[in-house]
Amino acid sequence: MSETKKFLYVNRRAPYGTIYAWESLEVILIGAAFEQDVTLAFVDDGVFQLVKGQDTAGIEMKNFSPTYAALGDYDINKIYVEKESLEARGLTIDDLQHLVWEDEDEDWAEKDSIKVVTSAELAEMMGQQDVVLSF
Amino acid sequence: MSMLHTVNKSPFEKDSLTSCLRLSEDGSSILLIEDGIIAALEGAATSDAIKEAMKTKKVYALQEDVNARGLQGKVIDGIEQVDYTGFVKLVTEHDKVQSWV
Repeated sequence: MSETKKFLYVNRRAPYGTIYAWESLEVILIGAAFEQDVTLAFVDDGVFQLVKGQDTAGIEMKNFSPTYAALGDYDINKIYVEKESLEARGLTIDDLQHLVWEDEDEDWAEKDSIKVVTSAELAEMMGQQDVVLSF
Repeated sequence: MSMLHTVNKSPFEKDSLTSCLRLSEDGSSILLIEDGIIAALEGAATSDAIKEAMKTKKVYALQEDVNARGLQGKVIDGIEQVDYTGFVKLVTEHDKVQSWV
Protein backbone atom coordinates (compact mmCIF):
# COMPACT_ATOMS: atom_id res chain seq x y z
CA MET A 1 0.00 0.00 0.00
CA SER A 2 2.91 2.35 -0.62
CA GLU A 3 1.52 3.52 -3.93
CA THR A 4 0.75 7.22 -4.01
CA LYS A 5 -2.51 8.11 -5.65
CA LYS A 6 -3.68 11.41 -7.02
CA PHE A 7 -6.60 12.70 -4.97
CA LEU A 8 -8.75 15.59 -6.13
CA TYR A 9 -11.22 17.36 -3.85
CA VAL A 10 -13.85 19.32 -5.76
CA ASN A 11 -15.48 22.11 -3.74
CA ARG A 12 -18.62 23.64 -5.22
CA ARG A 13 -20.54 25.13 -2.28
CA ALA A 14 -20.36 28.46 -0.46
CA PRO A 15 -19.41 28.26 3.23
CA TYR A 16 -21.87 28.54 6.18
CA GLY A 17 -25.18 28.12 4.29
CA THR A 18 -24.54 24.38 4.13
CA ILE A 19 -22.03 22.10 5.87
CA TYR A 20 -20.27 20.93 2.68
CA ALA A 21 -17.36 23.38 2.83
CA TRP A 22 -16.46 22.55 6.40
CA GLU A 23 -16.88 18.80 5.87
CA SER A 24 -14.60 18.96 2.85
CA LEU A 25 -11.92 20.81 4.80
CA GLU A 26 -12.06 18.23 7.59
CA VAL A 27 -11.72 15.33 5.16
CA ILE A 28 -8.85 17.11 3.37
CA LEU A 29 -6.96 17.54 6.64
CA ILE A 30 -7.57 13.94 7.70
CA GLY A 31 -6.55 12.72 4.25
CA ALA A 32 -3.38 14.82 4.39
CA ALA A 33 -2.02 12.46 7.04
CA PHE A 34 -1.90 9.64 4.48
CA GLU A 35 0.67 11.43 2.29
CA GLN A 36 -1.19 11.17 -0.97
CA ASP A 37 -0.83 13.55 -3.91
CA VAL A 38 -3.61 16.01 -3.09
CA THR A 39 -5.13 18.67 -5.33
CA LEU A 40 -7.99 21.00 -4.42
CA ALA A 41 -10.37 22.56 -6.92
CA PHE A 42 -12.71 25.41 -6.11
CA VAL A 43 -15.46 25.91 -8.67
CA ASP A 44 -18.95 27.41 -8.80
CA ASP A 45 -19.95 28.76 -5.34
CA GLY A 46 -16.96 26.90 -3.90
CA VAL A 47 -14.81 29.93 -4.74
CA PHE A 48 -16.51 31.76 -1.84
CA GLN A 49 -14.74 29.43 0.59
CA LEU A 50 -11.45 31.20 -0.11
CA VAL A 51 -12.74 34.78 0.09
CA LYS A 52 -10.71 36.77 2.60
CA GLY A 53 -12.15 38.88 5.42
CA GLN A 54 -14.79 36.40 6.57
CA ASP A 55 -16.32 37.49 9.89
CA THR A 56 -18.82 35.03 11.33
CA ALA A 57 -19.30 36.66 14.74
CA GLY A 58 -22.77 37.86 13.73
CA ILE A 59 -24.06 34.42 12.73
CA GLU A 60 -22.44 32.70 15.73
CA MET A 61 -20.75 30.03 13.63
CA LYS A 62 -17.11 28.97 13.64
CA ASN A 63 -15.04 30.90 11.10
CA PHE A 64 -13.02 28.06 9.59
CA SER A 65 -11.48 30.15 6.79
CA PRO A 66 -8.14 30.69 8.66
CA THR A 67 -7.60 26.92 8.40
CA TYR A 68 -6.99 27.16 4.64
CA ALA A 69 -3.76 29.01 5.44
CA ALA A 70 -2.48 25.88 7.21
CA LEU A 71 -2.86 23.64 4.14
CA GLY A 72 0.65 24.49 2.96
CA ASP A 73 2.07 22.94 6.14
CA TYR A 74 0.34 19.69 5.18
CA ASP A 75 2.03 19.71 1.76
CA ILE A 76 -1.22 20.70 0.08
CA ASN A 77 -0.08 23.34 -2.36
CA LYS A 78 -2.00 22.62 -5.54
CA ILE A 79 -5.11 24.73 -5.13
CA TYR A 80 -6.93 25.52 -8.35
CA VAL A 81 -9.68 28.13 -8.66
CA GLU A 82 -11.76 28.26 -11.82
CA LYS A 83 -11.49 31.62 -13.57
CA GLU A 84 -14.99 31.40 -15.04
CA SER A 85 -16.53 30.83 -11.59
CA LEU A 86 -14.75 33.88 -10.14
CA GLU A 87 -15.85 36.08 -13.04
CA ALA A 88 -19.50 35.03 -12.86
CA ARG A 89 -19.50 36.17 -9.23
CA GLY A 90 -17.73 39.51 -9.77
CA LEU A 91 -14.65 38.26 -7.93
CA THR A 92 -10.92 38.28 -8.72
CA ILE A 93 -7.96 36.51 -7.14
CA ASP A 94 -7.39 39.68 -5.09
CA ASP A 95 -10.62 38.90 -3.21
CA LEU A 96 -9.17 35.56 -2.08
CA GLN A 97 -6.82 34.72 0.76
CA HIS A 98 -3.15 34.69 -0.18
CA LEU A 99 -2.22 31.07 0.48
CA VAL A 100 1.42 30.01 0.39
CA TRP A 101 3.66 26.99 0.97
CA GLU A 102 7.38 26.62 1.60
CA ASP A 103 9.41 24.66 -0.95
CA GLU A 104 12.04 22.62 0.89
CA ASP A 105 13.86 21.94 -2.39
CA GLU A 106 14.45 25.65 -2.84
CA ASP A 107 15.62 26.62 0.65
CA TRP A 108 12.03 26.90 1.92
CA ALA A 109 11.15 29.62 -0.54
CA GLU A 110 7.57 30.80 -0.07
CA LYS A 111 5.39 30.10 -3.10
CA ASP A 112 1.77 30.76 -4.00
CA SER A 113 -0.59 27.81 -3.55
CA ILE A 114 -3.57 29.21 -5.43
CA LYS A 115 -3.62 29.14 -9.19
CA VAL A 116 -6.49 30.53 -11.24
CA VAL A 117 -7.17 28.23 -14.18
CA THR A 118 -9.64 28.13 -17.05
CA SER A 119 -12.42 25.56 -17.33
CA ALA A 120 -10.46 23.75 -20.03
CA GLU A 121 -7.32 23.58 -17.89
CA LEU A 122 -9.34 22.34 -14.93
CA ALA A 123 -11.07 19.70 -17.03
CA GLU A 124 -7.71 18.39 -18.19
CA MET A 125 -6.40 18.30 -14.60
CA MET A 126 -9.51 16.44 -13.43
CA GLY A 127 -8.92 13.81 -16.08
CA GLN A 128 -5.50 13.02 -14.62
CA GLN A 129 -6.73 12.06 -11.14
CA ASP A 130 -7.05 8.61 -9.59
CA VAL A 131 -9.72 9.55 -7.04
CA VAL A 132 -12.18 12.45 -7.12
CA LEU A 133 -14.12 13.46 -4.01
CA SER A 134 -16.96 15.97 -4.44
CA PHE A 135 -18.36 18.37 -1.88
CA MET B 1 -51.25 43.79 1.35
CA SER B 2 -47.48 44.15 1.66
CA MET B 3 -45.32 41.07 1.43
CA LEU B 4 -41.80 40.38 2.64
CA HIS B 5 -40.01 37.73 0.59
CA THR B 6 -36.93 35.99 1.94
CA VAL B 7 -34.44 34.14 -0.28
CA ASN B 8 -31.84 31.92 1.39
CA LYS B 9 -30.35 30.02 -1.54
CA SER B 10 -27.50 30.99 -3.85
CA PRO B 11 -28.81 32.14 -7.25
CA PHE B 12 -26.04 30.05 -8.81
CA GLU B 13 -27.34 26.84 -7.24
CA LYS B 14 -31.10 27.17 -7.18
CA ASP B 15 -33.74 29.18 -8.99
CA SER B 16 -35.36 30.48 -5.79
CA LEU B 17 -34.35 34.05 -6.57
CA THR B 18 -35.58 33.87 -10.16
CA SER B 19 -38.95 32.55 -9.01
CA CYS B 20 -39.16 35.16 -6.27
CA LEU B 21 -38.45 37.99 -8.71
CA ARG B 22 -41.01 36.63 -11.17
CA LEU B 23 -43.73 36.01 -8.62
CA SER B 24 -43.43 39.01 -6.33
CA GLU B 25 -45.57 42.09 -6.78
CA ASP B 26 -44.28 45.59 -7.34
CA GLY B 27 -43.94 47.38 -4.04
CA SER B 28 -43.03 44.25 -2.13
CA SER B 29 -39.79 43.72 -0.23
CA ILE B 30 -37.12 41.09 -0.77
CA LEU B 31 -34.66 40.18 1.98
CA LEU B 32 -31.60 38.14 0.99
CA ILE B 33 -30.32 35.89 3.79
CA GLU B 34 -27.82 33.04 4.25
CA ASP B 35 -26.45 31.94 0.83
CA GLY B 36 -29.11 34.19 -0.73
CA ILE B 37 -26.84 37.20 -0.10
CA ILE B 38 -24.68 36.01 -3.00
CA ALA B 39 -27.33 37.64 -5.22
CA ALA B 40 -26.41 41.01 -3.67
CA LEU B 41 -22.93 40.97 -5.23
CA GLU B 42 -21.96 43.80 -7.56
CA GLY B 43 -20.50 42.68 -10.89
CA ALA B 44 -21.91 39.16 -10.70
CA ALA B 45 -23.86 37.44 -13.45
CA THR B 46 -26.98 37.96 -11.32
CA SER B 47 -26.50 41.70 -10.74
CA ASP B 48 -28.60 42.91 -13.65
CA ALA B 49 -31.66 40.90 -12.59
CA ILE B 50 -31.48 42.30 -9.06
CA LYS B 51 -30.96 45.86 -10.29
CA GLU B 52 -33.98 45.51 -12.57
CA ALA B 53 -36.08 44.28 -9.63
CA MET B 54 -34.88 47.20 -7.51
CA LYS B 55 -36.75 49.58 -9.82
CA THR B 56 -40.06 48.34 -8.46
CA LYS B 57 -39.19 46.43 -5.28
CA LYS B 58 -37.15 47.13 -2.18
CA VAL B 59 -34.18 44.79 -1.75
CA TYR B 60 -32.42 44.14 1.55
CA ALA B 61 -29.49 41.91 2.55
CA LEU B 62 -28.76 40.52 6.01
CA GLN B 63 -25.53 42.13 7.13
CA GLU B 64 -24.43 39.26 9.37
CA ASP B 65 -24.54 36.86 6.42
CA VAL B 66 -22.69 39.31 4.16
CA ASN B 67 -19.93 39.73 6.75
CA ALA B 68 -19.66 36.00 7.44
CA ARG B 69 -18.79 35.42 3.79
CA GLY B 70 -16.30 38.27 3.60
CA LEU B 71 -18.41 40.15 1.06
CA GLN B 72 -18.55 43.49 2.87
CA GLY B 73 -18.03 46.30 0.36
CA LYS B 74 -19.15 44.18 -2.58
CA VAL B 75 -22.88 44.70 -2.20
CA ILE B 76 -24.77 46.52 -4.96
CA ASP B 77 -25.44 50.18 -4.17
CA GLY B 78 -29.05 50.63 -3.19
CA ILE B 79 -29.42 47.28 -1.45
CA GLU B 80 -30.05 48.15 2.17
CA GLN B 81 -28.16 46.03 4.67
CA VAL B 82 -30.07 45.19 7.83
CA ASP B 83 -28.99 43.32 10.96
CA TYR B 84 -31.03 40.69 12.81
CA THR B 85 -32.97 43.42 14.62
CA GLY B 86 -33.74 44.97 11.24
CA PHE B 87 -34.89 41.55 10.01
CA VAL B 88 -37.41 41.36 12.86
CA LYS B 89 -38.51 44.94 12.16
CA LEU B 90 -39.12 44.10 8.49
CA VAL B 91 -41.24 41.10 9.50
CA THR B 92 -43.39 43.27 11.75
CA GLU B 93 -43.76 45.98 9.11
CA HIS B 94 -45.13 43.61 6.50
CA ASP B 95 -48.43 41.76 6.54
CA LYS B 96 -46.98 38.43 5.44
CA VAL B 97 -43.69 36.67 4.89
CA GLN B 98 -43.01 34.32 2.04
CA SER B 99 -39.88 32.18 2.23
CA TRP B 100 -38.38 31.06 -1.08
CA VAL B 101 -36.48 28.10 0.29
